[in-house]
Amino acid sequence: MGMTVAEKILARASGKTVVRPGDVVEPRVDLAMSHENAALVINQFQDIYKGTGLEPRVWDPDRIVIIFDHRVPAESSKTATNQKKIREFCAGQGIWHFHDIRGDEGGICHQILPEYGYVRPGQIVVGTDSHTTSHGALGALAMGIGATEMASVWTLGILLNLEVPATIQVAVTGRFQKFVGAKDLILHLIGKITAKGALFKVLEFHGPTVERMEVSGRLVLSNMSVEAGATAGIVPADDRTLDYLRKDAGVREPLKPVKPDPDADYDRLVEIHVDDLEPQIACPHTVDNVKGISQVEKTRIQQVVIGSCTNGRLDDLAVAASILKGRKVAKGTRLIVFPASSRIYRKAMERGYLRDLMESGAVIMNPGCGCCLGVHQGALGDGETALATTNRNFKGRMGNPNGDVYLCSPATAAASAVTGVITDPRQGGKS
Amino acid sequence: MALIEGKAYVLGHDVDTDQIIPAHHLVYSLDDESERREYGHLALSGVPESGAGLPEGKKPFVREGYFQSDYRILVAGRNFGCGSSREHAPVALHTAGVRAVVAGSYARIFYRNTVDGAYFIPLECREDLVREIRTGENLRLDPEAGLLDNLTSGKRYRMEPLGDVAGIVEAGGIFAYARRNKLFR
Repeated sequence: MGMTVAEKILARASGKTVVRPGDVVEPRVDLAMSHENAALVINQFQDIYKGTGLEPRVWDPDRIVIIFDHRVPAESSKTATNQKKIREFCAGQGIWHFHDIRGDEGGICHQILPEYGYVRPGQIVVGTDSHTTSHGALGALAMGIGATEMASVWTLGILLNLEVPATIQVAVTGRFQKFVGAKDLILHLIGKITAKGALFKVLEFHGPTVERMEVSGRLVLSNMSVEAGATAGIVPADDRTLDYLRKDAGVREPLKPVKPDPDADYDRLVEIHVDDLEPQIACPHTVDNVKGISQVEKTRIQQVVIGSCTNGRLDDLAVAASILKGRKVAKGTRLIVFPASSRIYRKAMERGYLRDLMESGAVIMNPGCGCCLGVHQGALGDGETALATTNRNFKGRMGNPNGDVYLCSPATAAASAVTGVITDPRQGGKS
Repeated sequence: MALIEGKAYVLGHDVDTDQIIPAHHLVYSLDDESERREYGHLALSGVPESGAGLPEGKKPFVREGYFQSDYRILVAGRNFGCGSSREHAPVALHTAGVRAVVAGSYARIFYRNTVDGAYFIPLECREDLVREIRTGENLRLDPEAGLLDNLTSGKRYRMEPLGDVAGIVEAGGIFAYARRNKLFR
């Protein structure tokens, strides 16, 4: 019996020829990412060395990436002090893959990692952020871990006591209608298998629809795999992946895509056909409370958010700008746009997307996560409703337990910003 | 592993990390004792009133003005701890005095955080304990034997074995596990 992508990657990284779901392995880590919660990792890391007389040194500073994105620029003196501590730690440890608060190379961690070519097919990527699953879009095994486990990784360079997860095969066929895409597909999948549907398992995406999808769309699938409970969400690397890494991310060295064996042993198969898929909306307060847009149309919204590690990429801003160009955001509704990285921000500026969005009434923010998790800008008022291209709609998520958050695609968000109510972009949008 | 006795606090399905500790509170330091105890005060403060202490609800987990909860054992439904990787979630529960959680299932990152930091014991039960146990009932958990006794109702429930992570739980966290295996000096 053959192996899935996750099994092959874990076998290689653990020095084994074969691994099976349920085996326990201790694989080498290729890349370890943290954002501001590196402050907590540093505490735990220093704890490991307490009383040993040894100077704390990370196992390999070249394999650690630190990116400030959760509260940027700092919203409080506490955050600023934490960021200062991390900056000093990076300098002291020689961690030079460090993305500070900058307009030239800053951004959201899950955009910076692919954009700067840190992630390669076949790697094991861990990050102290649940949406680290994003990087499975490049054919890596990428997963979120906590601060204590990361401190152990910083020390040893391996993951301790990792269970080999079973893999669910997701086969997607058909062609999306205009203004329907990757976000609608992943919301539909989460609604179908529920928020616990892939707990302790890997989602592996296949089928012609995924093969035709650009890396930006694949990142959406992998990013939100964690919302179905998945340990990782993998799109096996193909020519499109390699193209992206060479042309967009500037990777020069040889790349080796990992393909699943033809006789790989999957936990189960989930099939989705997208020809008739309508825009999908995740309704309050769980991500698996997913409905077709026809069931929630006309819901009044006070805030629209386009951005985040899920949908703040250039093609997301392009589709939003194409819908909003020459039109106005409805009175009583505010549109807040967070490009996912400085590079995207600049390109969106050069291509005129930001001008079109601003002329429609949108407020353009600097790249960051703050609004999505409700810690920095863009909070909701009591009784207000938001429609967002972000990834979570938990109660209180956008900074107010008395607010509601609906999740959608950038096209749906843009079309709805114009009307002030949830609107099907296939009718409300123009081409 | 010692017996754990205490009052039950019962929660529903899909209790996410924003309910366990809302993100805007994550500014408190974990290495400063006076700040760390704030997490005890705020534990489960994001749970909607209707789901706070089932079956009736509207039972605050931590009383106003206190940093510790009266409840020692959480009983929850499926997918407990879904959402963020924030380790503050198990820390908040631990700081409030939680010594064990018995749930239908867990989100992986939360589960591993709990085990790696040795904050409390996360056990799974195939029975629907959310319908069986009421907030405030007295429980006794024998983690070694995998048995939960409801001292109030007299009923007994069998827990699932810990499985792959038993070694880390027994060692007392991932650092202790690494030392035991001579990985850390």
